[in-house]
This record gives sequence, C-alpha cells and structure tokens, in this order.
Amino acid sequence: MLQKMYDWIDERIDITPIWRDIADHEVPEHVNPAHHFSAFVYCFGGLTFFVVVIQILSGMFLTMYYVPDIENAWKSVYYLQTQVAHGQIVRGMHHWGASVVIVMLLLHTLRVFFQGAYKKPRELNWMVGVLLFFVMLGLGFTGYLLPWDNKAYFATEVGLNIAGQVPLIGDWLITLLGGHPEIIGAQTLTRFFAIHVFFLPAALFALLAVHFILIRRQGISGPL
Amino acid sequence: MSDKKKQVTRRQFLNYTLTGVGGFMAAGMLISPLRMAIDPVLQPSGDGDFANVGLSVDDITTEPQPVEWEVEQVDAWYKSDVTRKAFVFKNDQDEIVALSPKCTHLGCMVSWEGSESHPDQFYCPCHDGRFTKDGTNVEGTPPLEPLHVYEHKVENGMLFLGKAYPRGEA
Ligand code: HEM
Ligand code: FES
Repeated sequence: MLQKMYDWIDERIDITPIWRDIADHEVPEHVNPAHHFSAFVYCFGGLTFFVVVIQILSGMFLTMYYVPDIENAWKSVYYLQTQVAHGQIVRGMHHWGASVVIVMLLLHTLRVFFQGAYKKPRELNWMVGVLLFFVMLGLGFTGYLLPWDNKAYFATEVGLNIAGQVPLIGDWLITLLGGHPEIIGAQTLTRFFAIHVFFLPAALFALLAVHFILIRRQGISGPL
Repeated sequence: MSDKKKQVTRRQFLNYTLTGVGGFMAAGMLISPLRMAIDPVLQPSGDGDFANVGLSVDDITTEPQPVEWEVEQVDAWYKSDVTRKAFVFKNDQDEIVALSPKCTHLGCMVSWEGSESHPDQFYCPCHDGRFTKDGTNVEGTPPLEPLHVYEHKVENGMLFLGKAYPRGEA
C-alpha cells in the first residue's frame, strides 16, 4: 500500500533523487559509534537538532493556551500547567529542553573546536554556528519572560540592563527590545512573545538550513 | 567602446527596470512594519508629574528614610497604579535629597544599611553593589554610576517627587 503510494508519486514527480540527496549517504567509519565508541562525540550536533525539534513542537502546542498579555499570561501558564491534561508534561519538555539544547550546543561546539573541524574549508559553517548560538540564547532570553512571574520579570530587568551597557546605543537598545524606556510591561511581553515565537524561529530555520546544506556540500571532516 | 553613443541593451534596460520596481516593492512592504517596530524608540519621553509622597518636610532627617507612594502609570494600553520608592534625607548643606533605590548596576533594589558589614551605605544584595549616603557608587563594587536622583519640590510643607534622573542631569 505505502509502496504503491510512493510509486504513484514517484512516477509523476521523480522524488527518488531528491530523497537520495537528503538521506541516502554513507556514514564514514570514523564517525560511527558502532565502530569506535568514542565517535559518540559526533552525535551532539544531531542531538542539538533533536532538542530544537522538541522545542518547536512543544512550543507550538503551548501557544494553544498561552496569551501574551500581562493580565493573563501567568494565569494561562498556571492553567495549562495544572488543569490541562499533559500540559505539565508539554511545558516540562519546553522548560527543560531550553536548558538541554544549550548544553548539547556547547558539547557540539567543543567537539568541533577540539577536533579542529572548523578549519579550512569549514570556516563559514563555524560562523553560521556562532550565529545559531546567539539565536538560541535569544530564544532562551525572550522565552524566559513569557510565564510573567517574578523570576521572569527580574531576569528581564537584568538582561535588558546588560543590553543597556552597550556603548552609545545602549538606551536605544533597551527601548527597542523592551518596547518602553523604563517599564517592563505590556509592550515588553508582546514584543518578547513576537520575537520568541516568530522572529527568532524564522532566523533559526534559515541558519539551520545553511548549516546543513554546507555540511552536505563539504562532508563531515576526516578522522584525526 | 566605439565613438558612437553608449547603447543600453534591451537586456540591461529590463534588468534595471525590474531591479528598480522590485526594490520599490520590497521597500513598500518593509517600510511600515519597520517604522512600527521602532515606534517606542521615537516616542518623546514624558516628563513625570510631581506626586505628593505623604512626607512632611519637617520629618526629613539626615538619616535616609524610605518613602513609598503611588502613581498612575500608563504603559501603552495598560493603566495601573504602581508603587514608587525613594530614600529621602537632608544632606550636609541642609538640602533635601531623594534617591532612587534602583541599583545602577543591573536594576535590583538597594536598601539603606542593608548589609551589616557596611553601615552608612546603601547595599544591593544582587552582586554586593554599594553606594555612599549621597548616592555615589563605591569603587570596586559593580555599579558604575551614582544612584539616580528624583526631582523634588515642596508645597505646603509637603514633599513632592517627580522623575528620577542620573545625577547631574536633573
Ligand atoms: C530553541 C528553541 C527554543 C528555546 C530555547 C525556547 C526557550 C523557552 C524558555 C526558556 C521558556 C520559559 C519556560 C519556562 O520558564 O517554563 C519558553 C517559553 C515559551 N516558549 Fe519557547 N523556546 C524555543 C522555541 C519556541 C517556539 C518555536 C515556540 C512557538 C512556536 C515557543 C513558544 C513558547 C511559549 C508559548 C512559551 C510560554 C509558555 C511557558 O512559559 O511555559 N518556543 N521558551
Ligand atoms: S544589580 Fe546591584 S550590584 Fe548588581
């Protein structure tokens, strides 16, 4: 049945080459943990991506209940956490995943660094990786405000003040990010929500695409 | 090039026009969203109204005392009553000084003599920031500028406070 459906589509639009390009390639021996157990260090990039997928899925479902309004944000999180079946689990995935993704990202970066895998011709992908790092930090920072509890509020107070330390444009940055020069309030929450759920994920997807296309073009770096 | 007039080829002409039109369309699509995004930056900063903080001038001593008062805060579409806080005292020249308790490091709340090991100083619990009584940041602690100063006036013997400004700008 499935084979038939596949053939039906393939006959018309010839998807086999596309599919081959994306997924059908050999894993070199030196990156395969089945051959050398120490090759597990090559897994961290894939694990980072796996956790990103978890963040995106859990985040999409959280937005079914969450409202970015200072009167109701905390209540909506409280409700989804205590009243909605499995809400606690989905929020837990998003909450813990946000930390795990950074840990995986750092481990992946360490592997690339200590193996020297960033060297020519892969410098560009290192730069893309650094941008990905900033985007993920941005997601963590903006997401942290959304539950609108005291921890969220003061973390943002501190974070915005750190942004304010940037020479010359600091004050301007605070207003641009927070929506108001002094108040962390209604406009800050809506802004952070928009950035967290639309702007940064869009940037994340674009950078991930470039990251992966470059890997396919250049291949994984050779054995040490 | 020959001596006759430079000709624009049909291909070049089409390329230029299409780029131009495309550029206009892209700009037309982006200009309003971008202007909308930066609107808060371009708002004039409103001068604070003065509020009666409920403290008689006669009760102000040389010892910083905390005062709290309510103001109506307008945050775009959201109006609310928020509590402001200040430390008020008379300095050596017998002038009234009202300091903002917001730490100039990263914005936590300082308190007067908040640390037992540093009497006569404002203390910030977040990263051990300290300020002397006149609000000057103590060198070697994280804050890089003095506590902000509220503009103040006295009416009928009562203290009125406005907005807090960095010292020297009020
Ligand atoms: C790498 C990607 C992401 C990271 C690191 C991240 C991080 C965070 C963090 C730290 C929080 C605060 C959670 C808490 O304190 O319990 C949060 C909340 C939230 N995030 Fe994300 N996020 C990511 C992607 C997304 C995406 C793609 C969406 C939506 C499409 C999303 C929607 C939300 C929502 C609605 C909340 C508020 C609910 C809550 O606080 O539990 N997130 N995020
Ligand atoms: S916020 Fe006060 S010392 Fe850091």
